[in-house]
Amino acid sequence: MNIEAKLGLDVFKIDKERHITIDVEVCKAVCTDKACLYVCPAHLYEIDDQGNNTVNFEGCLECGTCLISCDHRALTWHYPRGEYGVQYRMG
Amino acid sequence: MEKVDCIVVGGGLAGLSAAYGLASEGLEVIVVERGDYSGAKNVTGGRLYVSPIRDLYPELWESAPFERHVAREFVTLMGEGASTTVELASDRFASAPHQSYTVLRARLDQWLADQVLEKGGMVITKNRVDEILRDESGKVIGIRAGDDEIGADVTIIAEGVLGLLSSKIGLREEPVARDHALGYKEILELPPSVIQDRWHLNEGEGAAHLFMGEVTKGMMGGGFLYTNKDSISLGIVVGMQAMRDRTDKIESHTLLDAFKELPQIKPLVDGGTLVEYSAHAIPEGGIEKVPKLYGEGYLMVGDAAGLSLNALITVRGMDFAIASGFYAARAVVDAKAAGDLSAAGLARYEQSLRSSFVLKDLETARHIPHTIENPRLFTHYPKAVSGLLEKLFTIGPQPAKKLSSTVIGGVRKDFMNVTTMKELWAMRKI
Repeated sequence: MNIEAKLGLDVFKIDKERHITIDVEVCKAVCTDKACLYVCPAHLYEIDDQGNNTVNFEGCLECGTCLISCDHRALTWHYPRGEYGVQYRMG
Repeated sequence: MEKVDCIVVGGGLAGLSAAYGLASEGLEVIVVERGDYSGAKNVTGGRLYVSPIRDLYPELWESAPFERHVAREFVTLMGEGASTTVELASDRFASAPHQSYTVLRARLDQWLADQVLEKGGMVITKNRVDEILRDESGKVIGIRAGDDEIGADVTIIAEGVLGLLSSKIGLREEPVARDHALGYKEILELPPSVIQDRWHLNEGEGAAHLFMGEVTKGMMGGGFLYTNKDSISLGIVVGMQAMRDRTDKIESHTLLDAFKELPQIKPLVDGGTLVEYSAHAIPEGGIEKVPKLYGEGYLMVGDAAGLSLNALITVRGMDFAIASGFYAARAVVDAKAAGDLSAAGLARYEQSLRSSFVLKDLETARHIPHTIENPRLFTHYPKAVSGLLEKLFTIGPQPAKKLSSTVIGGVRKDFMNVTTMKELWAMRKI
């Protein structure tokens, strides 16, 4: 089962407000490692056609690994608002 | 601003344990939890060691929704193409009082929240705390959640491993990769009879199985498997810095897929129905990274305070969370009775953690975090052990060597060398 299908099993209540925003300029100008692309266990980060880093915040498991791993503080990251985000049924 | 005795930021095990202790003593306590219910945002491997905390809340455990008591411990050292498993079947672990249980957090935390309500505490779910409020002197005076502000004599910070709110106001450091691991897992449903057959269990008994080596491609960490009532939790823990240090940049999620495909694992998970995929950060900095645990108007508990301990074959956190909540509640109750809720009055919290297993065990394990950063623990040794055993069990076309020379040769090659001696010497501290 691929990662998208796995995430499809989880309960997400998706907010229209993003809880992760990327400072794309910092990513482009300073970051060579792009840890977010490979540390995220939900594989939510991608470089788009324009070469910009993007995140599909809707599938976020809220572990914070991307935030902890970003040396360049390019992420503004907070938990989704109450009533939103992943709701684990088992945990 | 409305004011109560205590506000608890976060309704996980640490926060709920504190609230339970406070409400039991008749204090007004409000827990604010961002999930739809307690446990909605929490993840464990896992297993809860009840032995250290049993006597703190002796009345509590009878009704707890534990999955299985762990009667068998398995550790597998995985090399490439060969692995060695140790299976410990302990009569002591199998008989009551049981030292540890497998658990699922959505069930366990909701149950504990219900116990808090029963004692007269309040648990407000679906509300994210946005800010820890302070006065001009820096004293913590309560919280803000959306447009609502609630004041409290003492704010108990149980916001979890990331510590977003407390680090923002300088009550602790921001988390860094070197001191944290990523844990993620799948829950696979299997019939209880199949679980019992596969892990050699009697009804109700559970197994804990840890895997070191190939699973994390030599990165600090390992695989885990815990048996629940009618499911298994199968996952990986991997050091965040270890992921960064690797030059080939493995996508973390692929490790778990590869783990499931290993010939040693495949038959164990065969037929399991995947029902949930979850992930969480784990504090692994040890005692050196525990922040100041109290100050004017606040106490810090659980993962937010870095209270967890990865000692390779025992992995703990939830027992520390519950104990820290217990001692936090007791400190507030005693400080209030003594009429001194200042930082000096709350200092008894840290004192009681120091004389309890929480900070004692973390102190004993002071050198473990540095020692287990050594990648050879996850590459060379698992491989060497299986390699040597494989030789002993091999009957090939050539005449066999003497048993003793195979053993001596293998031990000399992989264990009697300067690097290993140095590593053993370093390990004397752990």
